Parts: sequence; C-alpha cells; structure tokens
Amino acid sequence: MSGQLAYWLIIALMMVGLYIVIAYANLIKKIIGLSIMQVSVFMLYIGIGYIEGAAIPIIDATTTLYSNPIPHVLILTAIVVGIATVALALAMIIRINEAFGTIEEDELADGTGEQ
Amino acid sequence: MILFSFLFSVAVAIVLFRDLFVIIMLSGIFSLISASLFVMMDAADVAFTEAAVGAGISTLLLLKTLALTRRHAKPQKKRTWLALSIVTITGGLLIYGTSDLPAYGSADAPAHQHLSAYYLEKSVEETGVPNVVTAILASYRGFDTMGELVVIFIAGIGVLSLLESTSKTKLTSASSLHEHTVLRIVSKMLIPLIMMFALYVQFHGDYGPGGGFQAGVIFASAIILYSILFGPDAARTVMTDRVTRLLAAFGILLYAGTGFAAMANGGAFLDYTYLRDEQVSAQLLGILLVELGVGITVAAVMVRVFLEFDQRPFTKLPALKEGDR
Repeated sequence: MSGQLAYWLIIALMMVGLYIVIAYANLIKKIIGLSIMQVSVFMLYIGIGYIEGAAIPIIDATTTLYSNPIPHVLILTAIVVGIATVALALAMIIRINEAFGTIEEDELADGTGEQ
Repeated sequence: MILFSFLFSVAVAIVLFRDLFVIIMLSGIFSLISASLFVMMDAADVAFTEAAVGAGISTLLLLKTLALTRRHAKPQKKRTWLALSIVTITGGLLIYGTSDLPAYGSADAPAHQHLSAYYLEKSVEETGVPNVVTAILASYRGFDTMGELVVIFIAGIGVLSLLESTSKTKLTSASSLHEHTVLRIVSKMLIPLIMMFALYVQFHGDYGPGGGFQAGVIFASAIILYSILFGPDAARTVMTDRVTRLLAAFGILLYAGTGFAAMANGGAFLDYTYLRDEQVSAQLLGILLVELGVGITVAAVMVRVFLEFDQRPFTKLPALKEGDR
C-alpha cells in the first residue's frame, strides 16, 4: 500500500466537506460541511505526527518511541476554539432567521424569505 | 481503515440527506468515529477533546439552532457542477501536493527530528509532567494557549452580544423531559459523577490524557444536562449570568496572573521557573494554575453559550413581519 494513501483518504474527506459548503444553500448544512473539513484538516495534522508502532506521548520508563506531540497540542486547542467559533456562527444563523425568516442563502440574496 | 470507511460513508450520507435533524445526528456520529481514529493515531488527548466537544456540545448547539430555525434544507440548487469541478480540482492539487510528504507513519520524517525530539527527551526533566502534550500546551507553548483561551472568551462575548435578550421572558419554566422519572433519577445520579470526572480530568491531565480544555467541556456538559432536564431557569439559579460572566473572565485572569507573577519574580511572562525556588515544582505549580484557568473559562463560556441558546424564544415569523424588515 502506498505510503501516501492515508493522506489521500483524508483529502477525499476534506473535499466532501468542501462540496457541502459550496453546493448547499442551507446555512446549518454549510456549518456541518465546514466542520467535516475542519476534522479532516485535524486528521491531516495528526497523521503527520503519527509514527508507525509508536506510543501515545505520555512518558514512561519502558517505552522509547513516541508519536509527535506537537500536532496534538495544536489540534487539541483548535478543536475547542472550533466549537467556540461554531457557536458564534450558529448564533448568527439564529439572528439571520429571526430577521429574514430564512436560513437558505439564495433566499437571503433575493429577499424571498418565508412570508 | 475500516473506521475510515465508516467515516467516509457518514460524510456522504450527510451530503445526501435533506432532513437537518438526521444530518446533525450524523455529524455527532462523525465526531465520535473521528475520535476513535484519533486514538488509532496515538493522539489520546485530541480524541478526548473531539469526543467531548464534537459529539457532545457541538451536536447540542446544532440541535438548539435547529429548534429555533426550521428542519428541512431545500434541495440543492444548480451549482452542483461548479461545486464538483472546484472540489475535483482542489482535491487533485492537494493529492499532487502529498507526493512530497514523507510516507504515512515513517519515523524519520522531518517533522519528528527537531523540536519534537527535544520535548520528548526533556519535558519530564524540565517540567516533571509525563504527559508531553500537557507540558507543551501549558508550559512550553503557554503563550499560544493563552491566546486561544482569549479567542474562546471573545467568541463567548460574540454569542452574548448576538443572543442576549434584553427582556428576560420567562418562557420556559420546566422542560417536558422533567416528566420522565427514569431520566430524572438517572441523571441526578450521573451529574455528580460527571462533575467528579471533570475534576479528575482537570487535575490528572499532567499524568494521563486530559487537561483544562477537556475538563471544562465535561464540566459544562454536566450543567447542560441539568439544564436540559430541569429547565434553564433551574440551571440559572446556580449558574447565574453574573457567575458565568465573572468565571469566564476569572479563568483568563488566573492564566495571565500566573504569567505576571512569574514576571514579578524576575522571569519572563509565563516563565513558571521563577514561581518557586525549585524548577520542577515551580513548573508543576504554573501548569496547575494555568490549566485551572483554562478549565474555568472554557466551562463558563460553554455553559453560558448553551443557556443563551436554550432560553432564546422561538420567534414566530408573522409577529416579526409586522415589526422591522
């Protein structure tokens, strides 16, 4: 199996997320598409830190080979920041729905919300 | 590999379904599967966070949003081909880009040679913390983590400024779930355990997977569970607006205060070595305080955000039409 196969799969997943973001007008669905993209970017980072046969980076006396902890730190904080920004986006969606009566992007654009 | 195919099929299912409720549930499953994948990739801390955040809080917030908007997405519009071509081109370029990456899982990739090797070798000696992820997060890269905590705080402020209603209408007295005796009793038994687990995760983060971020989210989920079952007003008797607001700010102040204390003792900002005489115990103290700050702020922001989502009244559209448009 090719050494890069794991990255290809992750990129395919990322593209599914990107497709949702572009092709669908519903704002909630777009947010979910964005989080799929986000998770696959996380996986790309963690994948780069992964070492075949290595252990979780918690030091003990018997193990010598550990995975790279730096991507773990980056991604751990990124996940929590991610949920905070998602919450902000959802708050905006709620306000958009209250103001215009729709969360479909094209209806927002041409002003034909639910009357 | 099998897990990944699960993950991929869930993602495709998210593309195909139009019922937003189904999509949100699938996205929760997606998070849980990806958390298992993170475990397979030896990233226990990340998996922990993803499971708590993605499958828990994120799904809840999405559902709350759904309750305040509407359930069905419209069928997709004409942009399918445009989207497909953009996706194909981008994906193709990215895959072309991977040809320069070292093979997956190889031990001699450049990423593992320099800084990472240093941290793995020195962190126990310098900070006394066996969990290297915690050591980097709270000590070596403490300044970054503080920035990220501020981002969470600001996002919390953003949600408040968008959703905080000026007239606190007492719409929701007690949730209908309160009628379910089994749910009520079981959750009453579970909530203290969840909180204790959060504290364990908070203070055991030095030795095992865990730390302030995860503990904050888990603690918040205990309060959120309570709020779901007994109504937001019941949760607000403890977590009043004032308490959450003060706690959210206090966490950051604790973090920054630790940094300034180090400065006052003659070190650089967040250089814990100057907090006490002996280096390792000084580092442990610094990491403990900083992680506590992270936990408090994350928990407070998450609880407050959920409560704001929860008590937002569903605005009937016709009533709104008469007003401003």
